Amino acid sequence: MQVPAQVEYEKAASVEQALALLARYGPGAKILAGGHSLIPMMKLRLAQPEVLIDINAIAGLRYIEPTADELRIGALARHADLLAATVAGEHFAILHDAERVIADPVVRQWGTIGGSLCQADPSEDLSAAFAALKGSMIIHGPDGSREVSARAFHTGPYQTVVGSDEMLTEIRLPIRLDGGSAYMKVARRIGDWPIGAAGAAVWLTDGGDRIADVGIGLTAVGATHFVAAEAEEFLRGRPATEETLAQAGEIAAEHCRPGSDQRGPADYKRHLVRELTARVLRLAVSRGRQTRGQVS
Amino acid sequence: MTGAYGPRPRKEDARFIRGQGTFVDDIAVPGMLHGAILRSPLAHARIVSLDVTAALAHPAVVAVLTGDDLAERGMAWMPTVFGDVQAVLATDKVRFQGQEVAFVVATDRYTARDALELIAVDYEPLPPLIDALTALDPGAPVVREDLPGGNRIFDWSAGDKAATDAAFAAADVVVGCDMIYPRSHPAPLETCGAIAEYEAVGGRLTLTVTSQAPHAHRTMYAAITGLPEHKIRIVSPDLGGGFGAKVPVYPGYLCAIAASMATGRPVKWVEDRSENLMSTTFARDYHMHGEIAATADGEILALRARVLADHGAFNAAAQPSKFPAGFFHIFTGSYQTRAAYCEVTGVFTNKAPGGVAYSCSFRITEAVYLVERLTDMLARELGMDPAELRMRNLLRPEQFPYTTPAGWEYDSGDYPRALRLALDMAGYDELRREQAERRARGEYMGIGLSFFTEGVGAGPRSQMDILGLAMSDGADLRVHPTGKAVLAISVQTQGQGHETTFAQLVANELGISPDDVDVVHGDTDRTPFGLGTYGSRSTPVSGAAAVVAATRVRDRARVVAAAMLEVAADDLEWLDGKWRVRGDPDLGFGIAEIARAAHSTLELPAGVEGHLDASAVYNPPNLTFPFGAYICVTDVDPGTGEVRVRRFIAVDDCGVRINPMIVEGQVHRGLADGIGIALMQSIVFDETGNCLSGSLMDYLLPTSLECPSPELGETVTPSPHHPVGAKGIGESATVGSPAAVVNSVVDALAPFGVVHADMPLTPGNVWRAIQGRPVRTDLSLG
Amino acid sequence: MKITVTVNGTDYSRVVEPRLLLIHFLRDELRLTGSHWGCDTSNCGACVVWLDETPVKSCTVLAVMADGRRVTTIEGLPRNGALDPVQEAFAACHGLQCGFCTPGMIMTARWLLDQNPDPSTEEIREAISGQVCRCTGYENIVRSVRWAAKHDGRAGDRAGGDGA
Repeated sequence: MQVPAQVEYEKAASVEQALALLARYGPGAKILAGGHSLIPMMKLRLAQPEVLIDINAIAGLRYIEPTADELRIGALARHADLLAATVAGEHFAILHDAERVIADPVVRQWGTIGGSLCQADPSEDLSAAFAALKGSMIIHGPDGSREVSARAFHTGPYQTVVGSDEMLTEIRLPIRLDGGSAYMKVARRIGDWPIGAAGAAVWLTDGGDRIADVGIGLTAVGATHFVAAEAEEFLRGRPATEETLAQAGEIAAEHCRPGSDQRGPADYKRHLVRELTARVLRLAVSRGRQTRGQVS
Repeated sequence: MTGAYGPRPRKEDARFIRGQGTFVDDIAVPGMLHGAILRSPLAHARIVSLDVTAALAHPAVVAVLTGDDLAERGMAWMPTVFGDVQAVLATDKVRFQGQEVAFVVATDRYTARDALELIAVDYEPLPPLIDALTALDPGAPVVREDLPGGNRIFDWSAGDKAATDAAFAAADVVVGCDMIYPRSHPAPLETCGAIAEYEAVGGRLTLTVTSQAPHAHRTMYAAITGLPEHKIRIVSPDLGGGFGAKVPVYPGYLCAIAASMATGRPVKWVEDRSENLMSTTFARDYHMHGEIAATADGEILALRARVLADHGAFNAAAQPSKFPAGFFHIFTGSYQTRAAYCEVTGVFTNKAPGGVAYSCSFRITEAVYLVERLTDMLARELGMDPAELRMRNLLRPEQFPYTTPAGWEYDSGDYPRALRLALDMAGYDELRREQAERRARGEYMGIGLSFFTEGVGAGPRSQMDILGLAMSDGADLRVHPTGKAVLAISVQTQGQGHETTFAQLVANELGISPDDVDVVHGDTDRTPFGLGTYGSRSTPVSGAAAVVAATRVRDRARVVAAAMLEVAADDLEWLDGKWRVRGDPDLGFGIAEIARAAHSTLELPAGVEGHLDASAVYNPPNLTFPFGAYICVTDVDPGTGEVRVRRFIAVDDCGVRINPMIVEGQVHRGLADGIGIALMQSIVFDETGNCLSGSLMDYLLPTSLECPSPELGETVTPSPHHPVGAKGIGESATVGSPAAVVNSVVDALAPFGVVHADMPLTPGNVWRAIQGRPVRTDLSLG
Repeated sequence: MKITVTVNGTDYSRVVEPRLLLIHFLRDELRLTGSHWGCDTSNCGACVVWLDETPVKSCTVLAVMADGRRVTTIEGLPRNGALDPVQEAFAACHGLQCGFCTPGMIMTARWLLDQNPDPSTEEIREAISGQVCRCTGYENIVRSVRWAAKHDGRAGDRAGGDGA
């Protein structure tokens, strides 16, 4: 029977209380949000925290709110919230593309954005999506809060910059003009982790012909910080043509480091990067052109 | 007379829709303890030492059993259904990852799980044998040094080698191919488990267990435990699916029995999903080389096959004893052929035992896959349309009963009609037109056919037995004084709806309502002996027994009615549900009235006993042969290798249909199986023998989004030898569908020069096939 | 620790280990065995119940997380002894065979109809896509939900409190 090992349990009613509990219990304590990343790991005994700090009762951490120039997502927002949020879909189609293919409808009711990001699974779709959007994370700790770029948040498989006495509270996404985004994922089956996936966000200029800025996120293929940095650098400032987008795919494929496993062989994953990067760029550019002149 | 047949709702649904089914893990018995199995992390290793002291010291642990403990009871090893032995708890070596090593008994299931970590086992790793293709190489690791044959289990052949070789030599065209039918697993949603209650004073054992064959289990437990068989009661409650997974006797069941004997308390053991996938019976794992020989204008002349069968560490393949490769030699399929020959070699590897499961119909899934793939490949080679090639070679109705080159006597069928119906339903010509248009646009769709013949309802005592037990099944029918009937049968439903269909069978013979027939099954104290449900045998064998018993009741009723009416029995005819006086049909009685009379003081003729009961043991004269024509339409994205199943057309002929609603439900499932098996399901290992498919995260099962709405058609060709002409349907669609899916994908990829690609056709495997660098899909890394 | 969970309208107070999964709390502690479990990795959905009106895979939450909250299981679906139209639908349309996945499917279907009283077959397939059935191939489950949508008297009824 796959059931968790013994664990202690505390409930936090506020961020302050959660931080105090983290400080008290040290690295043996883990934050429990939706539990849909952590509890499966505990059942397999791959994670054996000594204490769980349940933050579900903390009011004011579950929201998706636009400000003048940002979309702010509370760490306790559920995947289903993000998928249902029109404001998220309007500005960041990539998020809806990604959420539609994350897990399944029931799991999406409970898994949280913060929980998924902090789990830092190399196959987590949202990590690449937020990296492509050049978002940032707000982390609360004993010394107050700090902001970390989404592109520096993940430091390795299952590792983030969140310290054992800190807590992720919010994700911020800049809302910019003339942008389009998209996410595409290939899996062995619907709801499965990706074999490979790519997300792109482009911001266009010159009447939609040139790429002013771009973010490319890659999932499950060993891309550092989930980012295809070389491909981004190539594309920035270049015209958005079939050739340049395909070339960006080539460069992204060249620089990722996929491994062979039961999801697929490495050469195929590298091919997927090439193929999917070009496809999401194409779609992102097309969407960007449709919203030209609008905030997107 | 088909009055009670038809699509009626099921009686068993009332409890399930309320969540009031009784599955093994739902049951709690006073004083019950919980068992958990410590399993080997290694595929091949010697056990150097085993220390359970820390586990025994845990306050909530009541007992710990090891192989040595079981050996004292003579239970450390048990016979398999195929004449081999299997370790219940390892005594010397472990031979597959997940093999049972120790059994902890605790007061609750969480503690039992914790206590596993308190057992210290020291293993000396041995080189594992994982690649079946190397099993017979000199120097290969020996899995079973307790047996004389090395890693070779058996060599078996069927057919006429000389005639086949001659036919091949004379053929215009020969097409050959290596193809794998990958290891998969039935994965019923409910895992296996048991509650053992040994009562020492009376010496009685009651085992509540997930078993598709309760009586066969009882006989085996008697042999293994030494308990007298009449003191053993097996109860199979509601089963959450079986598909062959719940046929074998598993070590966990015996551990629970031994633990109950040792502790004097009931012991429950239920496996989790990873245990289910890693240690219970797998399915398939056939490495096949097939060849088909034909004339230039497409007449199939002969078929030849050589198979390497991976049986895992113990030979526990559950099939009739004279057939180590099951019914694989049905591989000439649905076509007229002049000669055929096949050889199958079985080998041991360091993997879980099994092989016959998952609706394989005793290896007919493997055989049908082979011949249907070869047929498509032949069509491609000849430049012929695959439907046309099949139509040219399908057996004709006037050829039945037809004896195949390997010795099967097919009972009845109108194959061309079924194929024509499927083609019409699919709009085949229109699909081919669409395919051509799409190809011109750089879009790739495929149309795949599969025509299958299955042989089910094992089987005649002259040919078949399992461990010496004949495959005859009994049925006991009693009609109560108020005309309500109880039918006790030996087969065990796991969702097939026996409580409804068997009631319909009996009701039809007796002219009463199916609501007035209760079907009892699953408790060996209350039911006659039989070999259980698998191989689609319930309707052909047990259904036949039920009909024979009902016929005997009806015949007895005639005598009683004659006594009631004071006429001769010959003066009565059975008409519209009553025995009526010939020429005076208003004078007559139905079964309910006759039952009352049969229990009354009514004077009966000499030699005729009272009551209205009868039993039967049915020895089928032959298998029955359901068949079908399937068409699968897929769309393939060559850029990513993704396959989407757009349509699935299935025409099935299972003879007379007792409950068409239930028949269709069986077909729906089998089509989903085909999609899963063809595209995503396989049990794979890395080179050190780690099972990489030990959870549903990696052993992927199809969801509602992968399965299109099936389009079903039917033809009805009654079985000439079955009492009501029914043939059986449970496995048909699983048998026929995988080839249709694979044929479809390969058809889609034809412009890329792909001639064959092995299952599972995951995106990576498809892409690699397009590149001309296919992966070996039975090994995990490409 | 001591928790109080309202299950199908009745309060239950129990002392449980924090690690106890909700599915085991319901089945083993409260003997509500209508919800089942079929995997270790939150893939099969046999365990779906409602936690505060939202379907959840109860093998993936701890019982302590349900403290002070409401749980609805298959046993709580009938109203005043009358079956929910979704339950009737599954029987009418052969939407079950072995019955093991059925409670989870019914709970998700009921929730779907509460949100979307007239779902398309695509929407139904999407809603149950996280739950495995090994027997039906899903077709009759989809037909059952369509039948329930046509015969549903209970959409919008949920606000009135938990079932009997």
